[in-house]
Amino acid sequence: MAKLHFSLVAPEREVFSGEVDQVDAPGAEGDFGVLAGHAPFMTALKEGRVTVRDGSAVRAFDIQGGFADVTPQGLTILAEHASEAA
Amino acid sequence: MASLKEMRNRIASVKATQKITKAMQMVAAAKLRRSQDAAENARPYAQRMAAVIANLAAGVSGDAAPRLLAGTGRDQVHLVVVAAADRGLAGGFTTSIIRAARTHIDGLLAAGKTVKVIAVGKKAIAQLRRPYGDKIVESFDLSASRIMTLTTAQPIADLIMAQYEAGDVDVVSLVYSRFKSVVTQTPTVKQLVPAVVEAGAPVTDLGGATYDYEPSEEGILETLLPRNITVQILAALLENMAGFYASQMTAMDNATRNAGDMIGRYTLEYNRSRQAQITKELIEIISGAEAI
Repeated sequence: MAKLHFSLVAPEREVFSGEVDQVDAPGAEGDFGVLAGHAPFMTALKEGRVTVRDGSAVRAFDIQGGFADVTPQGLTILAEHASEAA
Repeated sequence: MASLKEMRNRIASVKATQKITKAMQMVAAAKLRRSQDAAENARPYAQRMAAVIANLAAGVSGDAAPRLLAGTGRDQVHLVVVAAADRGLAGGFTTSIIRAARTHIDGLLAAGKTVKVIAVGKKAIAQLRRPYGDKIVESFDLSASRIMTLTTAQPIADLIMAQYEAGDVDVVSLVYSRFKSVVTQTPTVKQLVPAVVEAGAPVTDLGGATYDYEPSEEGILETLLPRNITVQILAALLENMAGFYASQMTAMDNATRNAGDMIGRYTLEYNRSRQAQITKELIEIISGAEAI
């Protein structure tokens, strides 16, 4: 299966960057999941948890506000605050 | 000719100064590394933001565009945000920013524009008060914040937004020092409002597909543009911080070297006069002995 390039960027630093299978994010108008090859799409985000799946590995990040930008090149999340969930 | 004791004291005092400048140089070097990292880590966010705005701006037509992007349609009142250092002892760091700001402001004044100034940083406040005291609408002293975060930049952005929304200003620009390398920092004037879409910014190739927006395109732009101002200010503050420490490091390195030269010169002079005195005493003793 094709991989999705995902980067999670906070103002202070790049929190995550890499190739993954799937990313779930809390959109302002509902949670959504992104796989490789998703249609171009941009949305505001609300406070919540971003889940990154790569194979059997799952990582979660808590974010506060921001934007998700899906392009053919991948998914970029610009979050105001982002930290890896414990 | 100063007495030997006076000269000894002078050498000791220069040595003490040298110790201080040396310590300051090392502290600045350590802080430089940290603030340089911070500035570089903040770049991806600002760059992505610029790319996203460029993408969006390309798709929004004239009338629907938010005012932050399109401007007020006037070009009369300019708000200039000048960000410089909070502390001194960094060579010409603040001075060079202020010089760039004055060129910019005087140019605007000469063109008959109204200028308002926001001074950020203690040293900027001090240096701007004299030439533009009546034009300063607000000053921010950031000497209490050791690290720059969005929280530091937010009040400045809020003030800019408030002034702009109220229709008090038409164009907002930011003067800061761009951190190129440890030896080069360039004072830069950057326009914040109306947002400049960088001509070189890569517009993402969508491969024929069209963007879906949630909520609307305008809705996203309306939240994104104010955010962008905050981020731009934060980026400028971080670059300033790195530039300040680089500048301080260089200044303190020079001071240490100057102190070293001075110590060398004084020591030479001290040894010469000591030798002269010994010779004089010997001559006195010998001629005294010959006289007997």
